[in-house]
Amino acid sequence: MTRQERRNLRSALAFLAPWLIGFAVFMALPIALSFYYSFCDYALTAPSRPPVWIGLANYQQMLHDELFWQSLRVTLAYAAMALPAGMLLSLGLALMLNANIRGQAVYRTIIFLPSLIPAAASAMIWLWMFNSRLGVFNHLLRAVGIGEVNWLGDRAALPSLALMSVWGVGNTVVIYLAGLQDIPRDLLEAAELDGADRFARLIHVTIPVLSPVIFFNLVMAIIGTFSVLTVPYIMTHGGPNNATYFYTMYSYDTAFHFLHMGYASALAWVQLAIVLALTAVAFWSARKWVHYA
Amino acid sequence: MPDAARLAPALPPPAIARPKPVWQEPAAPPRARSSAIPIDAVLFHVGLLCVCLAFLLPFVWMLSTSLKTLEGTSEYPPRFVPHPFQPQNYLDVFRHSRFRFATYTRNTLIVAFLTVAGTVVSSSLAAYAFARIPFRGRGVLFVIMLATIMIPFPVTMVSLFRIFRWMDVHTIAWLGRDNPLRMLGTFKPLWLPAWFGQAFSIFLLRQFFMTLPNELSEAARIDGCGEFAIFWRIILPLARPALAVVALFAFMAAWNDFLGPLVYLQLPDQYTLALGLQSFQSQHGGTEWHLLMTASLLVCLPVIVLFFLTQRTFIQGIATTGGK
Repeated sequence: MTRQERRNLRSALAFLAPWLIGFAVFMALPIALSFYYSFCDYALTAPSRPPVWIGLANYQQMLHDELFWQSLRVTLAYAAMALPAGMLLSLGLALMLNANIRGQAVYRTIIFLPSLIPAAASAMIWLWMFNSRLGVFNHLLRAVGIGEVNWLGDRAALPSLALMSVWGVGNTVVIYLAGLQDIPRDLLEAAELDGADRFARLIHVTIPVLSPVIFFNLVMAIIGTFSVLTVPYIMTHGGPNNATYFYTMYSYDTAFHFLHMGYASALAWVQLAIVLALTAVAFWSARKWVHYA
Repeated sequence: MPDAARLAPALPPPAIARPKPVWQEPAAPPRARSSAIPIDAVLFHVGLLCVCLAFLLPFVWMLSTSLKTLEGTSEYPPRFVPHPFQPQNYLDVFRHSRFRFATYTRNTLIVAFLTVAGTVVSSSLAAYAFARIPFRGRGVLFVIMLATIMIPFPVTMVSLFRIFRWMDVHTIAWLGRDNPLRMLGTFKPLWLPAWFGQAFSIFLLRQFFMTLPNELSEAARIDGCGEFAIFWRIILPLARPALAVVALFAFMAAWNDFLGPLVYLQLPDQYTLALGLQSFQSQHGGTEWHLLMTASLLVCLPVIVLFFLTQRTFIQGIATTGGK
């Protein structure tokens, strides 16, 4: 290392010191510990008892754990509804909002606003709207003569939560809008000269150019779906009959209600593995449909 | 983790430096087609109006309920314009027996303020090193930093709790029960990590710092400035818009956080607003919906006001997160 290099390294380390300490204490150490705990029987009791190594037992237990499978089913079913709905709606809205029409700024603001609302507050608002006797949805349904829906009942609860998630697409819409601005105008004009109509331009120009942004949003949505906790925690407590018992809720309950820290850590690692696997699939498929300019 | 690494090169340099109209300004010259065929515009308006009405419904319902009496909330058919009209709720909510509005607001503000300050200070330092000091291992370290964004909270949740408890056991042994270093049952677990760098903010700031011309640093160096002086006197003043974005996001995250307070706070006196809203749901049923909606509206209000005050910065910031 030359003298200059050494000096650079020294000053870089000085600037990075807070982050490096934070990374060690609040990230690397917890990750390592949690990996270790996931192979341990470790109950967080009042006079603390050291973790006991039990090998793969936690992971084996999962195979026969009905709640684990239920929470996984719930999360995947929710993802299957909320993800495509959110992706399609946000892209559609962004395309409409990108057109040069009157009142654009007002539309944009209204669509963006809900994504600002704290999850705890929006859970309360929707809990009240979904209320089967007094909620606004059933009032409206009764008014048009359809009758009542038990929005947070056994069957409808999960779709209801997926519906609610769509309310928060504003963030994604903004990211799409930014991406849409980057589409070279001459590309669209060239396509137009070649006789491509609106739809053809959308399919052959806009979507391919936008594909890295779509991909980014997809990956973020996958990560986000697997950390849903606040809304079902407040609105349904995972019920009825565990119909909305999300994976993260199970991790949380295992850790802080049942105090099985070892099992909770194992659950978290399986969650990370699933998210990484899904992301890897997204990356793999991206080679076919994402075009980097 | 190769994933984040591949995500990173896909992200072009940020746009905060070269503000482009993302939001308010009318999109440059009208495109020939879209204005030539009015039927399109009509369809767009109809579609957008429907979506906007649907998106506004929760706000309207919340506002309407917040001005009703308790009896008014169970009226059938319901009125959107409350009668009797009870703006009194906005005072009553401050005198509620279980929902301690003033206390919760104070708690939330303390946590939010300390989080914002910590995030801005520590993240800008780290971002400077990543953006402007060429050092060995920078690439690898940056990828590791990005990868931490992908780690779900549950992975670290349990052991973080364990670490804070371990710290408490030791500080209590040395300094007694009521020592100022206690973690659990205080706000520290909520804001202390922010003082040690927040990956996403580091990324945003690094992207911004990279856009500033190198000649600035060179000139300062010739004038005898050290690395810290360049950071403090040249880079930071220029980075104000990016710092504002980071501060804004940190504030929102702290204001909206539910899981953190749920895990770390123990006494109702320490609850933040997001956590405290639950105290309207009584164990024995019978939620006071009118007051719950009043409180929810008041919890949303600062965030909405903040958005309107900082709209441009805000939207530009979100656009940047998407790789703009």
